[in-house]
Amino acid sequence: MSDHEYTPKSKFGKWFNDRLPLLTLANHLTDYPTPKNLNYWWTFGGILTFCLITQIVTGLVLAMHYIAHADMAFDSVEHIMRDVNYGWLIRYIHANGASMFFLAVYIHIFRSLFYGSYKAPREIIWIIGIIIYLLMMAAAFLGYVLPWGQMSFWGATVITNLFSAIPLVGEGIVTWLWGGYSVDNPTLTRFFTLHYLIPFLILGLVVLHIWALHVPGNNNPVGIDIKKPSKDTVPFHPYIVIKDGFALLMFMIVFAFFVFYTPNILGHADNYIEANPLVTPAHIVPEWYLLPFYAILRSVPDKLLGVVAMLSAILILAALPWLDTSKIRSAVFRPLYRQFYWILVADVLILGYVGAMPAEGLYLLVARVATAYYFLHFLVILPVLGWKEKTLPIPLSITEPILGGSPNLATAKNKESLNK
Amino acid sequence: MKNFFKIFSFIILFSGLSLSTQAAEKVEYLKTDWSFKGLFGKFDRAALQRGYQVYTEVCSSCHSMKYLSYRNLAEKGGPEFSIEQAKAIAASFEVKDGPNSDGDMFTRPGRLSDKFVMPYDNVQAAQAANGGAYPPDMSVLVKARGGGVDYIYSLLQGYEDPPAGVTLDDGVYYNKYMYGNKIKMANQLSDGLVEYSDGTIASVEQMSKDVTTFLMWSAEPHLESRHQMGFKAIVYLIILTILVYFSMKRIWSRIETEV
Repeated sequence: MSDHEYTPKSKFGKWFNDRLPLLTLANHLTDYPTPKNLNYWWTFGGILTFCLITQIVTGLVLAMHYIAHADMAFDSVEHIMRDVNYGWLIRYIHANGASMFFLAVYIHIFRSLFYGSYKAPREIIWIIGIIIYLLMMAAAFLGYVLPWGQMSFWGATVITNLFSAIPLVGEGIVTWLWGGYSVDNPTLTRFFTLHYLIPFLILGLVVLHIWALHVPGNNNPVGIDIKKPSKDTVPFHPYIVIKDGFALLMFMIVFAFFVFYTPNILGHADNYIEANPLVTPAHIVPEWYLLPFYAILRSVPDKLLGVVAMLSAILILAALPWLDTSKIRSAVFRPLYRQFYWILVADVLILGYVGAMPAEGLYLLVARVATAYYFLHFLVILPVLGWKEKTLPIPLSITEPILGGSPNLATAKNKESLNK
Repeated sequence: MKNFFKIFSFIILFSGLSLSTQAAEKVEYLKTDWSFKGLFGKFDRAALQRGYQVYTEVCSSCHSMKYLSYRNLAEKGGPEFSIEQAKAIAASFEVKDGPNSDGDMFTRPGRLSDKFVMPYDNVQAAQAANGGAYPPDMSVLVKARGGGVDYIYSLLQGYEDPPAGVTLDDGVYYNKYMYGNKIKMANQLSDGLVEYSDGTIASVEQMSKDVTTFLMWSAEPHLESRHQMGFKAIVYLIILTILVYFSMKRIWSRIETEV
């Protein structure tokens, strides 16, 4: 992990560092050579770390006041909103923080897709990232159940019922998950326990994610391997720290706007109605960040196949480093991939939109076409593109982007677009 | 930097989209000026006090407000009755307490620390008294309905004779803003139904507005401090962001790359 030998200056520091090399680690983190051409799409890693810490800290405080009991959960949330000092602030940060977390993670994932950050030698970073994303979805779903409102209850019922699609053992698994014959108090207490556990699993995986990142170093908009440290890199501190800090502050302004001025806009009104097993809401919809997958689930007429399609839609991402056969990382030098990339972005947004609409008529048709295209992109377009696409010449280094010194117009133009 | 603005505008766009999808669900509700909307929105104190009066004299015979206590009536950011007034209000209600040292339940006048007295002992009693329909608890009602305050405000004024061809069962009424247009609550408000002590004319429109304002406060009792803190927080963040931006420019000026 260390790029060069580091010796602490003080005697105590040396004594300590010989026994536990924390200072070496700190030195590695500050000196860590980072490509100097990273653009603002690369600041979302830091933003995501901030989101995770925010969720853990606010979550801890909420857990001190929340009561995980079917008869008291809803009341305890209102107690937090009314009588706990700044409880409303903590809860609104936590609730909107989940949305902000997903907003940032989607930008982070789509940045990887654009610049090919998942390709060799960064496959492990990518796969850990996918596991983190899966755990995030689990944590978000479990957390949404805790206030025990109508959407909590019915969302929990719909999602846990998906397991009943598994042949033979499905029904048994659902009963086991519920801890009874319907979503009830045992379900709530175990969901609370798991909701408390998962963020710490994510935290551990984030450490691995960063560790795995520090072995090959960051990818960059040009997508070439760089020598480090060299003219192409800057030390992480202060250059990247201040830049990440600036981006984080901008992000926090948007975050604050949601928390202070429209704290309930991303939630569903029905969740302010206490859970009632006898009354089903007119439309059961998940939170916005799960909508694309919800659309995929509903677009398949068969329940089991629908669940399989939904899970594959996420798991297919883990195979991405091998599905994308192109040797070139960055979309900047892949004119065709770049277009398909934006079509995929549009496709996912469309899936999200139809996921919020009733599954009928035109919406259902659109959802089916968009689902089919989603899989087509990963299973057919990406592999074929890697073999067929005529890529642009890539530069030798970040500082000297013109290949072999010969003035290549296309590359020169690309260089300009990179520096913007 | 251009790239940065792209990201930022994307986030704004996302926020805009989330706001507009919310707006798309809206039916054309009646419009009125709410004093609590906007960056500096505050409750209209007098409207809250009048709204409380409408709630107590009209709504409270069927609708509970189980998350409110009488002390809330005197708290900052609410109707801000004086402590004496709030104590008098609490004392005007009979509260069931006990068991005492003899093991008996007893009633006593309410105190500030008591929750609002419930009109029915339990949900079943409420349903039995209202033709099977449960009058929802109103503490967070505004947040539990898609259209929020505009919906409640419109609903209270939305009673009409049913259009031709619509037949209503006994105890079902026609309301043009209700989901499905059929509502089990009869029209409750009529001009001059309550007598406001501050001389405001108690028109149906006025009472609807006052009681809806009161319900907004009961759903969001900390709305005022949220708005105030939000403004300070965002101004602070903007100033800090500008300072950090210039520090960043300064630091990156040591190397050739633009930031």
